[in-house]
Amino acid sequence: MNEHIVKSFEDELNTLTAECARMGGLTEAQVADGIEAVIKRDTALAEQVVGRDERLDVMQADIERKAIRLIALRQPMANDLRKTVAAMKIANNLERCGDLAKNIAKRTLVLAEAEPMTPLTRSIERMGRLVLSRLKDVLDAYTSSDVDRAVLVWTRDDEVDEHYNSLFRELLTYMMGDPRTITACAHLLFVAKNLERIGDHATNIAEIVHYEITGEEMISANRPKTDSLRA
Amino acid sequence: MTAQREDAQAHAHPAAIHIAVDHDHAAAPAGAIKIRARDVNVFYGDKQALFDVSLDVPENAVTALIGPSGCGKSTFLRCMNRMNDTIPGARVLGRIELDGEDLNSKAIDPVVLRARVGMVFQKPNPFPKTIFENVAYGPRIHGIATGKAELEAIVEKSLKRAGLWGEVSDRLHQPGTSLSGGQQQRLVIARAIAVSPEVILMDEPCSALDPIATARIEELIDELRNQYCIVIVTHSMAQAARVSQRTAFFHMGKLVEAGATDEIFTNPRDTRTQDYITGRFG
Repeated sequence: MNEHIVKSFEDELNTLTAECARMGGLTEAQVADGIEAVIKRDTALAEQVVGRDERLDVMQADIERKAIRLIALRQPMANDLRKTVAAMKIANNLERCGDLAKNIAKRTLVLAEAEPMTPLTRSIERMGRLVLSRLKDVLDAYTSSDVDRAVLVWTRDDEVDEHYNSLFRELLTYMMGDPRTITACAHLLFVAKNLERIGDHATNIAEIVHYEITGEEMISANRPKTDSLRA
Repeated sequence: MTAQREDAQAHAHPAAIHIAVDHDHAAAPAGAIKIRARDVNVFYGDKQALFDVSLDVPENAVTALIGPSGCGKSTFLRCMNRMNDTIPGARVLGRIELDGEDLNSKAIDPVVLRARVGMVFQKPNPFPKTIFENVAYGPRIHGIATGKAELEAIVEKSLKRAGLWGEVSDRLHQPGTSLSGGQQQRLVIARAIAVSPEVILMDEPCSALDPIATARIEELIDELRNQYCIVIVTHSMAQAARVSQRTAFFHMGKLVEAGATDEIFTNPRDTRTQDYITGRFG
């Protein structure tokens, strides 16, 4: 790609992408720590996650401000325009992921007071690892402009859904078997739902990356979708 | 051109092939074709200015021609009403059709053609006559108006359509040159409209105007496109994006890419187009 004739424009665009990538790194860490906190019943880590969330909010607002400024002052066209809009949209998705990670961390504080439920925790851990790898893959796809990698994340969204559906059934079984576990199970169900949503955001980001690089939209009707919530 | 672009689409992004993509905007214009250019080559003496340009210009739409200075866009514009005839040593090869009729055929009278295909230039060039006479001149020499009343009606209608009537109706007999730059440009557009053209060619019509006058002209262009086929040459990417429905990018005498304007400015197929509109070194 040739460089812009106006160098400061080039710098501003690069800054925007770099900040978005940095925000991605922090989001990944927040999600990873949120999952670890819930698995290890680590309330200190959970509180750290809750405390750090504000940084993501600030970064998101900052990226949005910079993108709006760039649109107003530079009138980006074509790939520059797509890059600018992509940064803004990805930052939004990351900010939502951060909120979900924070929510997972908050539930850790409650779950830590209940009896440990090891088999369920393992399922959460497996699902968490999967979601985290999706997020990591899609952020790598973004920073390396790797459209194939983004497409791969996008087409494999159903794996996360399958995990969620099976966890849902597992939790129902526990709750029916022993009503004393309902409080903890309800919280774990929200944790699972939050993870599933983070997976959705990773899929959104994959779509944004695809559009940024190719200028073409992906059509969601073509994506394999597991949609059975019946237990 | 069409084939070129579709070809480019198919090869541009191999990764996108295995998933369906959204092609809302076909390369070919949707409306009826007003002007059809095929394999147009233009020479000024020994120097070739245009190379094998083929482009369809649709009816009731604004087509923007963009590209760096010397790319051939104005040369191509001038081909459409045979203004190149007036340049010594200029030769135009290839075929340009207006409603299916060859513009360069011997049967076509260039004077009549230029009434059908009007032109607005970069600098407003009102005649050194009154506002009224500027607009009345064309209908009179082409014998469009039969009487004074009809001529007055044409002048009023043309000035209204050019959005100038309200500003000049009480001083029609003052010189056209007494108007501001933006008003002069609208006067010249009114003059072009007065002979009921089918096509209006505009060669950087706003480059000498301030942003307000520019906005007025752009608004006017948008209104006029319902009745005319408009082709505009502009150096302003933003203007091309704002006023046109189709954009053609010229580079070094060649038509690189043509397509729906929103497509060209969000997702151009050719890297030369992309470099140009995003302000990169080509």
